[in-house]
Amino acid sequence: MFRTPENRKMYWKQFMLQCNDIGIGSLGIITIISVFIGAVSTLQTAYQLVSPIIPKTTIAQIVRDSVILEFAPTLSCIVLAGVVGSKIASELGNMRVSEQIDALEIMGINTKAYLILPKILAGLIMIPLLIIISMVLGIWGGRLAGNLSGIIDASIFDKGVLMDFLPYNVVFALTKSFVFAFLITAIPAFYGYYVKGGALEIGKASTRAVVVACVLLLLADYVLSFLML
Amino acid sequence: MIEIKNIKKSFGDKTVLKGIDSVFYDGKCNLIIGTSGSGKTVLIKCMVGLFQPDAGEVLYAGNNFFDISNEQKKNIRKEIGMLFQGSALFDSLNVEQNVMFPLEMFTNDKYSIKKKRVNEVLARVNIVDANKKYPAEISGGMKKRVALARAIVLNPKYLFCDEPNSGLDPQTSLVIDKLIKEITTEFNITTVINTHDMNSVMEIGDNILYLYMGGKEWEGTNKDIILSKNEKLNDFIFASEFLKDAKTMRTIQETGEIPEGVKEELRDSIEENLNIDLDKDGFIGKK
Repeated sequence: MFRTPENRKMYWKQFMLQCNDIGIGSLGIITIISVFIGAVSTLQTAYQLVSPIIPKTTIAQIVRDSVILEFAPTLSCIVLAGVVGSKIASELGNMRVSEQIDALEIMGINTKAYLILPKILAGLIMIPLLIIISMVLGIWGGRLAGNLSGIIDASIFDKGVLMDFLPYNVVFALTKSFVFAFLITAIPAFYGYYVKGGALEIGKASTRAVVVACVLLLLADYVLSFLML
Repeated sequence: MIEIKNIKKSFGDKTVLKGIDSVFYDGKCNLIIGTSGSGKTVLIKCMVGLFQPDAGEVLYAGNNFFDISNEQKKNIRKEIGMLFQGSALFDSLNVEQNVMFPLEMFTNDKYSIKKKRVNEVLARVNIVDANKKYPAEISGGMKKRVALARAIVLNPKYLFCDEPNSGLDPQTSLVIDKLIKEITTEFNITTVINTHDMNSVMEIGDNILYLYMGGKEWEGTNKDIILSKNEKLNDFIFASEFLKDAKTMRTIQETGEIPEGVKEELRDSIEENLNIDLDKDGFIGKK
């Protein structure tokens, strides 16, 4: 996979195309999920914190840490495993069964490098960026929901968000997002690239790729939490 | 020229190719024919390096493809064009981008030069006003012609066609056959075509290799094939209704007699159409 590219310009073009597909293509769903996750977190946290001695800023702190540590990286990546993973597996699977990969091989192109590597690299760059956006939007969604429902005033929420903030949590979340990005792109690429058969097998490979990626993603989540927290 | 020597290939317990030898000549349409499952596609895939044969050699201008370095293989592959059975056009690229792809990957020419070359080859395969269309928007025959344009855009020395006529109507098949023949002759390409279309065999088969159950059964030209006495080949070629008449004519030529079955068919047809009875010698008998 790591041989010298036949034409750097074409590889760059392919990489940019994948960045667009993975990054811009998933921005809509990530925005919606993140805002709602943050909003629901605020409402549920407020519902559970009934004691008058607990300050309202705690709600914002809990929402912030939940979103940064778990919701933004893990939940978003599970959704991305479905969206991006199935797209990668079915795209490569279709290219395999319709002999498009064979056509590239015959031209003398290193198909693994040309088709898979740009997807993995684009994932490693774009998915952490999506996770950063997800963190911001999640917290903003929580703030908005708290304000609209009258549970917590925006200024109190802002104060809580900044209170006892640990930058390490962001480092942890980004580390997770890099690992998840690799799993989300590499596993479906493997299943798609080596698919055998026809349309039915592409569907099966796509489903299997998403399931395996999700399971490994949750396992990696546990291992990283155990090692880093 | 491509020479194959003792090509053997198995998948698990199933032996698909049982030691095939042949020579494919420059400027000729070299056809590999045989029934489905006879090993045609596997042989062609071994020849282009998509499958590694278990034994044997594929010699491109004397160099065994499986003994040379990756760099040399890459250089040979740049000289190979291939037309796939399903066209294998890139879904995400339009017609122009599909044909331009090999140029973009392997040349550093300016865009205007590449575009000119693309238009040249598209015109060569009679594709006009379809540059911006995607593969999903064009017909099967057009897809094949675009794929052929992509295969020849880098002026290949070797052209491989895997069932170029499958799924096409006879008229379009003829157009594709003629195009392949013209290109082969014009640019002195070594063309290897894998087919079971007897029209193609008779039309463009300069050199024909007949495979039967993974083995080489017969080799010759389209002039020899009709007179061949190989029973397996005859069963294959005369399975076509179109060529049954040719078989009858050949039998009459060789024996001077009308074959028995044909005589009966002819008599029934005359009796039915003219409403008369014929006796066993073909004379008009009683009604």
